[in-house]
Amino acid sequence: MTQLPTSTQKKLGLVIDLDTCVGCHACVISCKGWNTNEYGAPLSDMDAYGGDPSGTFLNRVHTFEAKAEGCASQTVHFPKSCLHCEDAPCVPVCPTGASYKREEDGIVLVNEDKCMGCGLCAWACPYGARELDQMAGVMKKCTLCVDRIYNENLPEEDRIPSCVRTCPSGARHFGDFADPDSHVSKLVAERGGMDLMPEQGTKPVNKYLPPRPKADVNGTQAPALEAQSEEITGFLGWLDRTLEKI
Amino acid sequence: MTKHHQPQLDTSPVVSDEIRQTTCYMCACRCGINVHIKDGKVKYIEGNRDHPVNKGVLCAKGSAGVMQHYAPSRLRNPMKRVGERGEGKFEDISWEEAFDIAVGLLKPIREKDPKKLAFFTGRDQSQSMTGWWAQNYGTLNYAAHGGFCSVNMAAGGIYTMGGAFWEFGAPDWDRAKLFLIFGVAEDHDSNPIKMGLGKLKANGAKIIAVNPIRTGYNAIADEWVGITPGTDGLFILSLIHELLKAGKVDLNYLIRYTNMPFLVNQVEGSAEYGLFVRDAEGNQLVWDRATSKAVPYETRGTKPAMSGMVEVNGVQCRPAFELLAEKYLTDEYTPEAVEERCGISAARIRSIAADIARVAFDEEITLDIPWTDWKGEKHETMTGRPVAMHAMRGISAHSNGFQTARALHILQILIGSVEVPGGFRFKPPYPKSVEDHPKPHHDVTPGAPLNGPHLGYPRGPEDLCIDEDGKAKRIDKAFTWENPLSAHGMMHMVISNAHAGDPYKIDTLFMYMANMSWNSSMNTSQVMDMLRDKDEDGNYIIPNIIYSDAYSSEMVAFADLILPDTTYLERHDCISLLDRPICEADGLADSIRWPVVEPDRDVRGFQSVLIELGARLGLPAMVNEDGSAKFKDYADYIVNHERRPGVGPLAGWRGKDGKGKGRGEPNPKQLNKYIENGGFWHEQIKPENAFYKPWNKGYQEWAVERGIFDKESPYVFTVYQEIIQKFRLAAEGHGDIQPPEHLRAQVKMAMDPLPFWYEPFEQTLINKDEYPIHALTQRPMAMYHSWGTQNAWLRQIHGRNPLFISGELWAEHGFAEGDWAQVTSPNGTITVPVVLMEALNAKTVWTWNAIGKRKGAWALGEDAPETKEGFLLNHLISELLPAKKDGQRWSNSDPVTGQAAWFDLRVNIKRVGAPADLQTSPTFAPQASPVGKGPKDIAFGEEWK
Repeated sequence: MTQLPTSTQKKLGLVIDLDTCVGCHACVISCKGWNTNEYGAPLSDMDAYGGDPSGTFLNRVHTFEAKAEGCASQTVHFPKSCLHCEDAPCVPVCPTGASYKREEDGIVLVNEDKCMGCGLCAWACPYGARELDQMAGVMKKCTLCVDRIYNENLPEEDRIPSCVRTCPSGARHFGDFADPDSHVSKLVAERGGMDLMPEQGTKPVNKYLPPRPKADVNGTQAPALEAQSEEITGFLGWLDRTLEKI
Repeated sequence: MTKHHQPQLDTSPVVSDEIRQTTCYMCACRCGINVHIKDGKVKYIEGNRDHPVNKGVLCAKGSAGVMQHYAPSRLRNPMKRVGERGEGKFEDISWEEAFDIAVGLLKPIREKDPKKLAFFTGRDQSQSMTGWWAQNYGTLNYAAHGGFCSVNMAAGGIYTMGGAFWEFGAPDWDRAKLFLIFGVAEDHDSNPIKMGLGKLKANGAKIIAVNPIRTGYNAIADEWVGITPGTDGLFILSLIHELLKAGKVDLNYLIRYTNMPFLVNQVEGSAEYGLFVRDAEGNQLVWDRATSKAVPYETRGTKPAMSGMVEVNGVQCRPAFELLAEKYLTDEYTPEAVEERCGISAARIRSIAADIARVAFDEEITLDIPWTDWKGEKHETMTGRPVAMHAMRGISAHSNGFQTARALHILQILIGSVEVPGGFRFKPPYPKSVEDHPKPHHDVTPGAPLNGPHLGYPRGPEDLCIDEDGKAKRIDKAFTWENPLSAHGMMHMVISNAHAGDPYKIDTLFMYMANMSWNSSMNTSQVMDMLRDKDEDGNYIIPNIIYSDAYSSEMVAFADLILPDTTYLERHDCISLLDRPICEADGLADSIRWPVVEPDRDVRGFQSVLIELGARLGLPAMVNEDGSAKFKDYADYIVNHERRPGVGPLAGWRGKDGKGKGRGEPNPKQLNKYIENGGFWHEQIKPENAFYKPWNKGYQEWAVERGIFDKESPYVFTVYQEIIQKFRLAAEGHGDIQPPEHLRAQVKMAMDPLPFWYEPFEQTLINKDEYPIHALTQRPMAMYHSWGTQNAWLRQIHGRNPLFISGELWAEHGFAEGDWAQVTSPNGTITVPVVLMEALNAKTVWTWNAIGKRKGAWALGEDAPETKEGFLLNHLISELLPAKKDGQRWSNSDPVTGQAAWFDLRVNIKRVGAPADLQTSPTFAPQASPVGKGPKDIAFGEEWK
């Protein structure tokens, strides 16, 4: 068993806007590119060019369809990575103390030196947000780019997670949820930001902004335009009247 | 309980030794990238924040460029074929031998009959250079891949308003309040579209997506219109009907900026019927209501009539606008008349028309920016109609796509939303009138250059590339009566025409970056057979094939000589204003690629190879007077070539002092300047010049200063297109240049000066009950316009492609999870896995395109899912239509432009169980891999731990 800190000074995390995410996978690959090079072991790709390619990713985009009665079916793109939960169930189950939550910012990390790859944390995570790297035998998960956000070798504007920096549609936001005036806190307040599976009691820090309501199969049913006339002669009358005013 | 313990972390690792900034080439978007170099190797790629295209963001392909650069499928040496075509057996050769072979083939052709070389490039981003090379060589048989990509979109836009969507312009993302997007899964402007959609969402704009398939951009739209494929034109014309009927058109805009007031000859049967009435100087005339006289349209202070028959110089004529109104106000285009065919209810069509009108006219934008028009009239403000639109292949890859693209532009123009705030905006060097575009050139002289650029925009039958007997001069039969306005050529017809020897046999097929033996051809299996086919003497019917590619693609296996290209990080390139530049609506820009790392293989950038080949062939523009090579390589050409005096491939830092913008003599330090500036050059357009560009005096003057034009070139939008009418008149028997009898009716039908809708050809020739279903493809965002399959990261996102089946069809056929389907078209049958998708037009099935691969290609294992569960729909599509009643098989393309009508495909489906081997069919014998197979497991980045 590993202890969670009783509280954290900051609650760093992501807001992901499901109304804006087009499912392009830019965040998935940017994350892979940064993180295979940086924190801990590389993110391996087993059978990379073969019949069953299977690599480690810290962030994946899933696509779902949702269809309510009488409505057109909707396609929802759902990016998923570690939610850096306040009551992270992956930490207490760790037998070696490898999984931990940082006191200063709430980021949940794996200390790979201590990780023996038992996979208990992945079993405990209700979101499926951890992946055991098949080559290194250690557990991998989103680090919230802890090696970017404080990185003094990066320009200040780049001290954000790589998925946020790269997102073309601006659907990903990074900030401190402990600060009610932060950009992310305001977004959550304005747009009804949601916890993922709140019934699990994990208190996820990351929030999702729900898709705005969409038009149903009949569209928005705006009232039809008023005809000047059904006949071409009527149209020409309108034309003459209008031209006089120009 | 293990106590909370935090290890010491290095939160400030050094990322790399150096950042080198260049231009991405993972697709046609051409974003700026920061390539992080560690120990002299590529480590990490991110977007360049200063770059005008992507402003720091980067898509999945862009970030995965690392794996493209290291792909095991990279070719390593020049090679010559040793096995049979298609086997993939090669012998490595030296560059010297490769040049000897190429010169040995090409020199005699040039001296004897240059047209026997067909030079076609695929996803070439250097068309101004490859076209220049082909022109100097002297063959008329050159084009890139536009004919099977989206020429309908380009030609429809150029002929209507001097620019199209795509690279020609973009929505005003910052100001639009209503955005309609038609037939777009992904597009060239991939990151700007995503950034723009994000802005629209943040600004609370409404997005309406018209697409049979609800993925990606369509998924986030507020309103999804799951239209029946091929009916977009009908839907758009019905919207126009509603807007006209309600008087919701911008008459002031139409009078000032379009040819809608132009007087059109109404003397039926006359050789000028349907053409504009002109004065002795050739000016088009309008009827001035104030003076009741016909005056040239550019006359200041007139009040042009928009309706009414008048007589001018003894000719009965009417304003074009009246012809338009009459045409679209008929009952043919009422929402009720079109709803069933479009699969959109009449009420919904009315609702969308009302939305457009409301936003365009009730939510008008005014910018307090004074500007002056080309007639010298001053305007205190800029009025915007904040309805923006965008469209792509979904509307254009049909046999009615040209007129549909025109209809969509006309919808935008009628509400006054082109080149205004909140609407659609051109990107320099557009807007550019069709009259300022080149015409096609086709006069071949042995041993000499062609008489001008190959591709262009015909102004009438006299510009067709046909001989005195009306026979096609080009191998692809572009610019003939079958498809008079085929402005991008017709690459998809080259192999079948060359194989048939129709219009003639060729000697050498020379291709670059075009996977013609696989996903870039209609009916892939037949094309492979044509490439392999031999005559009675055992010689290949297409005698010689030279091919350049960076990767071991399917096409490599069919070539006789391989010229291995570099990856995009190892090469020079220029994304030129002479070509398809990277400008945005507010700025002029171009960019370069440069070798951020040197190749570790014996490969060379294709353009440098062309330059050297040109010098060895003694092509005039590529040698000095003493016969020595004029350019050392492509980089040398980029800096020193001048297309016109002072105007060259790159616009930035010209002149000896490096201060020239657009114009100036070559600057030997130009590439260094680009590199110092992050790989690009950009100049912001002043706000007073940023809108109304075709009519804005300030913009026009600036465009001349920058070398975009040599003289100011204002024009009005050609809503009514007289050029098209000229072809119709010919079909009606007027003029000396006449279509062949069998094409007369088609030319007359298709060449309508005002857009109309007609049923896609294929479905008029088949039994629709037998083939009741539409079958489409889309390219996924993570692989659009990309070479993604060999990319270890991207192939994990899209490594297999099921056929997606609508809910209705799923239920009707009793499909269950894990089933497969037999899909049959008039051209063949494929057997493929299926998946249910409800967010899909009820009569439609679709799949991701170009995921399926031939076994042995791309250095993949032979059990790769791309080769087993992946498949191509191409096997079901033919470049020819089913036989007509007279037994003739016509081209499966748009009758105006020749655009390949991929999306006209109709099929039937039959539920079948999964095959025991889970192998899609058809399947083909593996090709040998000249580069072996990729490594088993990889852990990229390990060397830097």
